[in-house]
Amino acid sequence: MNAIALPIFIPFLLILILVVVRHTRAAQFVSVLGSTLLFAVSLVLFVSLKGGKIHTLNMGSWEAPFGISLVLDYFSGLMLVTASLIVLCLSVYTIYFMDGEHRNNKFYVFFFSLTMGVNGAFLTGDAFNLYVWFEVILISSFVLITLGNTKEQLEGGIKYMALNLIGSLFFLAGLGLLYGKTGTLNMAHLAHILRTSEQPVLINTSAALFFLAFGIKAALFPLFFWLPASYHTSNISVTSIFAGLLTKVGVYVLIRFFTLFFVQDQIFWLNLFLVIAGLTMVVGGMAASSHYDTRRILSYHIISQIGYMIMGLGIYTPLAIAGAIFFTIHNMVAKTNIFLVSGLINRAKGSFYLKDIGGLFKQSPILAILFILPAFALAGVPPLSGFFAKFILIKSGIDAGQYIIVAVAIATAMLTLYSMIKIWNEAFLKKAPDSIETESSFKKPVFAELLPSIILGATSLLMGLFAATIFGYTMVAAEQLLVPTNYIESVLNGLKP
Amino acid sequence: MEIILAILIGVLYTAGVYMLLRRSILKFIIGIIFLSNATNLLVFISSGIIAGKPAFVDGTTPSPNNLADPLPQALVLTAIVIGFGIVVFTLALKFKFFETTGTDDLDQLQQTDN
Repeated sequence: MNAIALPIFIPFLLILILVVVRHTRAAQFVSVLGSTLLFAVSLVLFVSLKGGKIHTLNMGSWEAPFGISLVLDYFSGLMLVTASLIVLCLSVYTIYFMDGEHRNNKFYVFFFSLTMGVNGAFLTGDAFNLYVWFEVILISSFVLITLGNTKEQLEGGIKYMALNLIGSLFFLAGLGLLYGKTGTLNMAHLAHILRTSEQPVLINTSAALFFLAFGIKAALFPLFFWLPASYHTSNISVTSIFAGLLTKVGVYVLIRFFTLFFVQDQIFWLNLFLVIAGLTMVVGGMAASSHYDTRRILSYHIISQIGYMIMGLGIYTPLAIAGAIFFTIHNMVAKTNIFLVSGLINRAKGSFYLKDIGGLFKQSPILAILFILPAFALAGVPPLSGFFAKFILIKSGIDAGQYIIVAVAIATAMLTLYSMIKIWNEAFLKKAPDSIETESSFKKPVFAELLPSIILGATSLLMGLFAATIFGYTMVAAEQLLVPTNYIESVLNGLKP
Repeated sequence: MEIILAILIGVLYTAGVYMLLRRSILKFIIGIIFLSNATNLLVFISSGIIAGKPAFVDGTTPSPNNLADPLPQALVLTAIVIGFGIVVFTLALKFKFFETTGTDDLDQLQQTDN
């Protein structure tokens, strides 16, 4: 099916157009139009998967284990739809929130190359091709994070670059060793070989290198230090893109690799995931509660939430994997949204620092509602999406008898609630500090600025209200992941594992 | 031949890690270059060194022993190009950072922590 290359091809086309388009308005128009198209295409592709189908495409018509295959199954479909929704919302949001030097086509070129990299990583069925997409993501995010050229951004950029480059090198070394051992890099073929392998222990060196690489990309516990050091420096729309897409690609690959072919020596790996997940949650949550800059609170909070996704992978039952996927989708939407709202708060009040702002509840009730939606979704208040995501994960943990990680997850939910209530109290309920505040300094947001946040907030709400439907999708995705017979057969053209 | 390359990879990794731990940003980037080249070599020898055999043969299916595996070379070519691009970007970033702050000391990078 040729159409599954479109989510890569559309951003690529947009890059080519945007390189030429110099006029700011025209660039904005093209990007909104293009991302709407991208979202529509992703939705159509996802609907076409109905009934548990898996679409594959061999690039350049090279047969499967030799050429590069693109594979679209339920998991990648779900991630693709969520990512394109976020891209659509952000392409509207950036019209109002890119200032100075950013306000031209340069930003959009790298925005869409990031999108292309993310979509490519979701679609590819070849481990080396995945490396290439990761580099595409990496280079565009380098540019985006340092786009303002301020001292802070350059410093954040250096830290971001340093750790992520080392992550990439781990990834490449893992690929080299894996190829040396198996003679293939096609993911389905790897699964075919490794699932029948008689010496599973030999594969652990590659698995460890991949775990380190994606642990860095996904910001897991001892490897996350690049994230809080860099995310709060860049422009708020860039931070929102990163928050919604980047770490989740790392999580996506961890789930994909460790369900598809690193299934040997599983007791060790799953226990390691559970320990790391618990530590990631607690450390992220505690660090978040000690800060007063909204962007820093939310950056640490990203880390804490990654723990839940890895917890689902560590429990490794169909329900747990479904929970992890549900949580990832919910988190992409809600996390992006809350960064958008913090940008709106900054626009209205002129500061990200909680001690300098206050009294927003009276001045702008609509902003309060827009904040409440993602904040309560992240904290896990019913009927929003986060409640069901956490409920599924915790239920699967209790079913599997993993009580410690369940206790940690529940305690971390309290920490999340605490940080959200802190922002709520300080920014919305508290009286504005007298020294700085005058009525005139409040800028009323226009409707179009709020629109992306409204869309994402409504998505969180709808995901909660129609949780059964979404859970059905994630359950199909989880079953496809845990029993990859269908995946392997579709890619390798009927080769029986 | 593999032994020599394996030793070279080890030496490069060692040198790279040593350079990463230095305080200067430029030396850090040199460390990245070392590590990146070590990794490229690792990918390169992943299928072994097969001397004097063609990679592509037409006609009949030849025995695998008479073939060199071209894939690691293709992979490493991609990796070299990507690595080169990234090193150029990091050097540009370092230059820009030096222009704005006048420092090459990693210990001065404490503005965005905590």
